[in-house]
Amino acid sequence: MTALLSFRDVWVEYGDKIVLERVNLSVEAGAFVSIVGPSGAGKSTFLRLVLGQEAPTRGVIDLDGAPLRAEPGRDRGVVFQRYSVFPHLNAVENVLFGLECEGAALTGRLWGPKRRTARERAVAMLEAVGLGAALDVFPAQLSGGMQQRLAIAQALIMRPRVLLLDEPFGALDPGVRLDMHGLITDLWREHSLTILMVTHDIKEAFKLGDRVLALDKRRHDPHAPHRYGSTAVYDFPLENKARG
Amino acid sequence: MRRLLNIRPKGASRFILGTAPLIVLALLYLLASTAQHALNPNEKILPTIGAMVDQVRIMAVQVDPQTGSIPLWQDTFASLRRLGLGLSIATASALILGLAVGLLPLARAGLGPLIAAVAVVPPIAVLPILFITFGLGETAKIVLIVIGVTPFMVRDLAGHIAAIPEEQIVKGQTLGASTWQIALRVALPQAMPRLLESLRLSLGPAWVFLISAEAIASDVGLGYRVFLVRRYLAMDIILPYVAWIALLAVAFDLILLTISRRAYPWAHPGRSR
Ligand SMILES: Nc1ncnc2c1ncn2[C@@H]1O[C@H](COP(=O)(O)OP(=O)(O)OP(=O)(O)O)[C@@H](O)[C@H]1O
Ligand SMILES: [Mg+2]
Repeated sequence: MTALLSFRDVWVEYGDKIVLERVNLSVEAGAFVSIVGPSGAGKSTFLRLVLGQEAPTRGVIDLDGAPLRAEPGRDRGVVFQRYSVFPHLNAVENVLFGLECEGAALTGRLWGPKRRTARERAVAMLEAVGLGAALDVFPAQLSGGMQQRLAIAQALIMRPRVLLLDEPFGALDPGVRLDMHGLITDLWREHSLTILMVTHDIKEAFKLGDRVLALDKRRHDPHAPHRYGSTAVYDFPLENKARG
Repeated sequence: MRRLLNIRPKGASRFILGTAPLIVLALLYLLASTAQHALNPNEKILPTIGAMVDQVRIMAVQVDPQTGSIPLWQDTFASLRRLGLGLSIATASALILGLAVGLLPLARAGLGPLIAAVAVVPPIAVLPILFITFGLGETAKIVLIVIGVTPFMVRDLAGHIAAIPEEQIVKGQTLGASTWQIALRVALPQAMPRLLESLRLSLGPAWVFLISAEAIASDVGLGYRVFLVRRYLAMDIILPYVAWIALLAVAFDLILLTISRRAYPWAHPGRSR
């Protein structure tokens, strides 16, 4: 099976602080990779690399066999823990955003029949994430869970090759979290998504992922802790998960 | 006992609280003015309401035979034209520069120091330069307003744009948006309420610059008139003019606030305090 995403000897350093070292791994299409590790281990940094928000200090990352562009693009969708949606757009407009940028380079807005078709798609996507009743609501009036649903719909409508989630449910109540687990699992299966999800919650990692990746330092220098970076210390494939 | 900071006046009590100081002030003025006139019927510093009404009639209703127009309206029109032009130019430049500096690291590196340097020059100190370069006509006065308020507005807006969470900018890019599309659809709409807000804050300084410029070199305008009649200690003209300027300023402030509330409701969630 060919790898969708592959890391070859990737290092990230900030000044003389090494955050990630010697990361070698590949992710297949259709995988749901949970990423865990202690705070500060570099989980968000790892996602930022895939996102292209940051470039590795050394090493190569390939997406679909070609070197990754070190700039966010529409092949990689993302949902952050917070601030993932646009506060000045209501729910439908938030989901329409990507379609409008795609369809109108100059104005970033669609009109007439094109807008109607795009809107229908956006509404269908919002219904799929359970926001069919909140189409015209601004994010500030949505609960935390609903905002994350909106952010997921907004990302999914562009059909990204990889969906990156950085503690997407970290700020939610346990009950809401449980609903979101159901939602993301269903979406993963239905849309054959490839997902990389960072979480602090080990149970969540094993429950949702079909592979769990632990980032941590392999070596420790008590006198200069910053001189050793994290890498994938554990990598569990979970065979019992139905593939998307 | 509730804490002082938790007592929130509402409805009628709020209205009474707000108007009471104004009424007290007016009453104090009336008392002082009456007392002074009892002592000295020719008192000029605290004119009676009657004297002011007479002057308002002369300035705001009667046509001045020398100029063929009504002074108050002529002055108001001239001043508002200068203020409007100056603030329009300032707001438009602030929008373009603020968006560029706030959104593009390249523009920030290139323009940031220049804007910071211009911002620390006291605008009134530049006024002689403006009079020398642009002459004593309209241009110098308008440019003074522009120079006076633009740097603040640019920095305020750039700061606001730069503070848009990085997550939003990244999210926009993952949805396929170009730099232009992010500027147009993410930064611009979020800039507008802030721009209106900073325009409201700039109204005060803009009036100061306008009146200064008119006081120094002009033949028409609210500031010109106030400084002209000062020579005759004509408080009965100055006070109504100042009240009129204050009224105009309050009206513009309210208009801008209403526009912002109507056009950008998402930027005005329920105020808690
Ligand atoms: N721009 C930066 N400059 C310097 N150090 C940085 C920078 N970004 C991240 N770091 C450091 O890199 C390390 C990893 O940060 P990262 O945010 O990836 O951790 P994390 O695993 O996501 O932590 P958390 O679980 O708390 O979110 C931290 O020690 C952090 O201080
Ligand atoms: Mg993190």
